[in-house]
Formats: sequence, C-alpha cells, structure tokens
Amino acid sequence: MSEARPTVDEAVVRPGEARDLPPAAAAERVTVGERRTQQVIAMGGGDWAEVTARADAEGDDELMVINMGPQHPSTHGVLRLVVELRGEEVVDLQPVVGYLHTGIEKSTEFRTWVQGVTFVTRMDYLAPIFNETAYCLAVEKLLGVEAPPRAQALRVLMMELNRISSHLVWLATTGLELGALSMMLYGFREREEILDILEDVTGLRMNHAWVRPAGVSQDLPDGIEDKIRAFVRDMRAKADEYETLLTNNPIWLERTSGIGRLDLDRLIELGVTGPLLRAAGLEHDLRKAEPYCGYEQYDFEVPTATGADVYARYQVRLAEMRQSLRIVEQVLDSLPGGPVMVEDPKVAWPARLALGPDGLGNSPAHVRHIMGESMEALIHHFKMVTEGFKVPPGEVYVPVESPRGELGYHVVSDGGNLPYRVHVRDPSFVNLQAAGPMMKGLLVADVVAALSSIDPVLGGVDR
Amino acid sequence: MTAETTFQPPDALQPVLTGLRERFPEAVAEVRGHRGEVTVELDRAHLVEVATWLRDHPAARFRLLADLSGTDYLKLDERPERLCVDYHLYSFDHNVRLRLKVRVTVEDPHVPSVTGVWPTANWHEREVYDFFGVRFDGHPNLIRILMPEDWKGYPQRKDYPLGGVDVEYIGAHVPPPDTRRYKGGWTST
Repeated sequence: MSEARPTVDEAVVRPGEARDLPPAAAAERVTVGERRTQQVIAMGGGDWAEVTARADAEGDDELMVINMGPQHPSTHGVLRLVVELRGEEVVDLQPVVGYLHTGIEKSTEFRTWVQGVTFVTRMDYLAPIFNETAYCLAVEKLLGVEAPPRAQALRVLMMELNRISSHLVWLATTGLELGALSMMLYGFREREEILDILEDVTGLRMNHAWVRPAGVSQDLPDGIEDKIRAFVRDMRAKADEYETLLTNNPIWLERTSGIGRLDLDRLIELGVTGPLLRAAGLEHDLRKAEPYCGYEQYDFEVPTATGADVYARYQVRLAEMRQSLRIVEQVLDSLPGGPVMVEDPKVAWPARLALGPDGLGNSPAHVRHIMGESMEALIHHFKMVTEGFKVPPGEVYVPVESPRGELGYHVVSDGGNLPYRVHVRDPSFVNLQAAGPMMKGLLVADVVAALSSIDPVLGGVDR
Repeated sequence: MTAETTFQPPDALQPVLTGLRERFPEAVAEVRGHRGEVTVELDRAHLVEVATWLRDHPAARFRLLADLSGTDYLKLDERPERLCVDYHLYSFDHNVRLRLKVRVTVEDPHVPSVTGVWPTANWHEREVYDFFGVRFDGHPNLIRILMPEDWKGYPQRKDYPLGGVDVEYIGAHVPPPDTRRYKGGWTST
C-alpha cells in the first residue's frame, strides 16, 4: 500500500479539531488510525462492477468500512452507522449522530417557561406527551406547585395512549424492516385512531403543547370518552391479531430470537433503560419505582422477559401495550372532576382555550371578558402571555418512564421568567450507545433488526 | 442556589452521606438538599474514586449513571469555577437518586472521565465537551458529537455569541434572540 493514501481516520478527523483535543486523547486517536490503515474508495454512483473491480485490484484486506445511512430507511431517521465488515459479518459498529441537531436546549433559554413546552414536544416526536409532561413536572417541582387531580389523571390518560401509539410505530416499522408488511399496515392503521383521539383532545396530531406547567391547556371535549372506550375495546382484539400474526411465526422467530443479545449487567453499564432493560429480566419501571402523576392509584403490571434479544423486546412492548390499555380504562373509570389548571392566577395560563371549527384558539367568552369587560384582566393576560411567570432559583432532575426508557429533565432556574438551563436525558440518545456492543458479530441483515429493537428516535437523540 | 435550612436527606441516603464524609473527608466540598434532591459537590481530583465507591459500596450501589449534564453558571453566581458538570445517579437496589457536582474554570476545564466507572458516560461526556468545552481526561474518544466536527466554540456557554438573521428585505435584520423585544436584552431576572 502506498504511503500517500489517506487513512480512514485521517479523512475523518479535521486537523483543527485534533489540535483542540487534550494531547493524550489526540495521541490515542492516531493509534486508532494506524490500526486501520486501509484505502478509501469513494463511491459516487456509477457502475458497481467497476467499483468492485477497483477495490479488488487495490485491496489486500478483507475488512471493509461502510456507511449505513444517514439516508437509509431502516435507520429510523438520519442515523449513520459506520460498519466495519468482514464479508457479511459485523466486526465493529459506530453510530454517528447529530444530523438532526436543532439546538432545542439552547433555544429554551430564550423563551418563557410556558413556551418551553412548545420546544420540548418536538424532541422525541413519537412521544410528545411524555416530553411535555416531564418538562412540566420539572417546572412544577421548581415552582412548588402541583397540578390538580383531574389534570394529573388526564396526563396519565394521554401518556398511556401515546405509549401505545409509539409502540405501534415500533411494531409497524420493525415489521416492515423484517418483511412483515401487513404488520406495517396494521400498526399504522391503529396508530391513526390514537392520533385522531389526540387531535380531538389537543387540536393537533403531534407537537401538541397540551400539557402546561401547573395543568393542561384544556379539558376533554364532549363525547371523547366513548371514543376512547371503543378504541380500547378494539385495540385488545387487534393486539390478539398481532400475536396471531407474529408470536409463533417461524420467519419472525428466525429473524428475532437470539439477535442483538446483551446481558443485564452490560445494559446497566451502558445506561440502557426502558423495554430493553425489562426484556433482560429487570423489573424496573419508573411508574412503579418513583410514581408521578398519581400512577400509584392504578393497577398494572410491569411486563418482563428474559431473552434479552429482539424477540424478548417484542414480547415486552406488546405486553406493555396491553397494560397501557388497562391504565387507560382505569383512568376513564376514576376520572376526578374539577379544574384542569391550578387556580393561582400568578401561574395559571390566563386564556381559556376552546376548540373551534378552525382549530384551537382563545374561547370567545374569554376574549369578550378581556376586551369588553375588565381592563385588569386584559393587563394580566398581556403580562402573563408576554412575560410569563417567574420561577424560584434552584435545580431539579425529573425522570418519567417514556416508551423508550428514562426520560429525564435537568432544569436550572436563576429565579427569572426564562429557564436558565434545560438539559434533556433522552432515552434514545443513551440507548443508542448499546448499538455497537449489541451488533458485533451479527450479519448485516440482522443489524437492521437489532437497531430497530433499540427503537431510537433521532429527534430525541440529536435534540 | 438557596440551600433549604431544614434539609433532611431521605433515609436511604443517610448511610451513603455518612460513609462519603468518613471515607473521603477531603473530597466532599458541600452537601445540600433542594426540593427533595440531594447534591454532593466534589473536588474533581477525587471524582473517580468517589464514583467507584458509590457504584460498588453495598449501602450505595449507584449502578446507573442516569444522566450527565453541563451548565454554565456565568452571571448566576460569582465563583470563577463557572462550568459545572452534574452526575445524576440512580440506585436500583435502594431506589434513591443522588446528584454529584463538579465545577471547573474556563481556563482549566479539566475533569477526570468516569467512562471507566460507568461506560454510559462516553456519549454524555462528548456532549458536554461539545457544548461547554469541558475536557474529560482519560476519555477514549473525546470528539464532538452533535455539532459539526469543524465547529468553532462551545455553543451552550452563556457568553457564546448568538447570530442574528438577515432577511430578504432591504435593510432588514432579525437581531439575536437575547437582544430581541426588550432594550438591553432579555434579562431573565
């Protein structure tokens, strides 16, 4: 091999960045580079036969480094996997993230506390209600207020519906990637029904901004309870249908059992939480361990499995959907009355929202009150909407159990009307670190199954 | 940060805090509680040994590093150590949480890496390096993770300049977010 050719790592590391590193770390990177001295074959389309012929002529090594993504349907977004292959076998795998970074954490520092909800709901776009709830719980903890019981129950109701819809997308896309195309159609069909319910309640299919600090933005609309009950009834039958389709399906078993196995100790070391941890046998669920929003009132189980492989994760997620249905029913049966936002005018959002024919907006009665009846109400409305409320100084870390694991919000306040710092511990970000250890030794086709079982949402990973 | 005067740590944490004070009297700078959460501020020199002790000691068993995050305390307090790294630990055995805090200056932003104690710290530390420029000594691969590789500066620091936006209208310019609306900036306090 000639000396002039760049190594793989030289091509990746920019000189400026390497200088910026502490000397010890920079030295280590060079050794890594020397370990893999290979030629880089740039492929910009063209005839595949020519490319392979060139590789054959120049290459003397069986190892191949290939990019999967960032544009690849089975990476669930813009995830890039740098895969080192010997033939079909994965020797090493490194996820590369950051393609969807939008600076949400920084953006929240220049908006009021209430506006923060609008940002965080866009992170993990399959589980928006969880983002909103965790953020609002953190703000409430700093404020020292608690949302009224009805708001808490409504949050649980919406979170559990959202959990089902998130798991449905997981089941649908995993089915699609492993060739079970009907599962894709069924999964998205049922998810659509949940999104209809979410739209009826919040006004939007996703990015709801419905959970607000100290409550929720509005109560349930008339007649929605029957719709949810009908959905729960249907969904039970549908879950049985999925089981008939997949649980004993020989192809599904072949593609999922024994794939992506990682034992419990390794998972904990890597910080993995959620269904992946439960599929390795640990019965850990924050809804049970550190109940929030009144989860201790509801009777449900924490499903576990022992396989620690893709099939076990499928079992756990399917069982979780059934448990969520149980919780939804119990919430509807025991829904307390009362307001959905605290009465304290220093914190509560002043506007009364209403769903009109053209979507969500201020209720006509509230507009009449502030525009025609009370000057003070108008001033109060204006101050609360533009400046917002102040939050006492301090810092909190609030975790909730999202469909992907522990979703934590570390929020720091300096006593002002804007957050000082909002850091999000997104489960997708942390769980994705397990991709490398999980996939070493697998075949390329199984990488897709194993990655899918982690269920990363890149909006949450990159934030 | 205001320390609550009547701070009473959870029962499960009592032996941990006592053990920490006995075992590492010189490492623990301060223990405080706020909103039911316990924070232990540490001297960075002892971080790794304290972390290992907390992970392995039967009274603690903090096996999960739930979160590692950075904060820039510029303008919030007077201390020169404005960069702060928070470690949020969780113990499955005792179902308690604990926050470790290490603070460093911008001139000497070195913190020992805890990747040897909790491998999950790998990406977290890369993120804090990326956004705050904290150097984690001993980290196996400390490169940027979310920002582009050739990015200059550390965007989450409080003195990082924010750009405005030129818009397609003669002479129009949207000012940076921290200077919008109010003269003299959106000061939050």
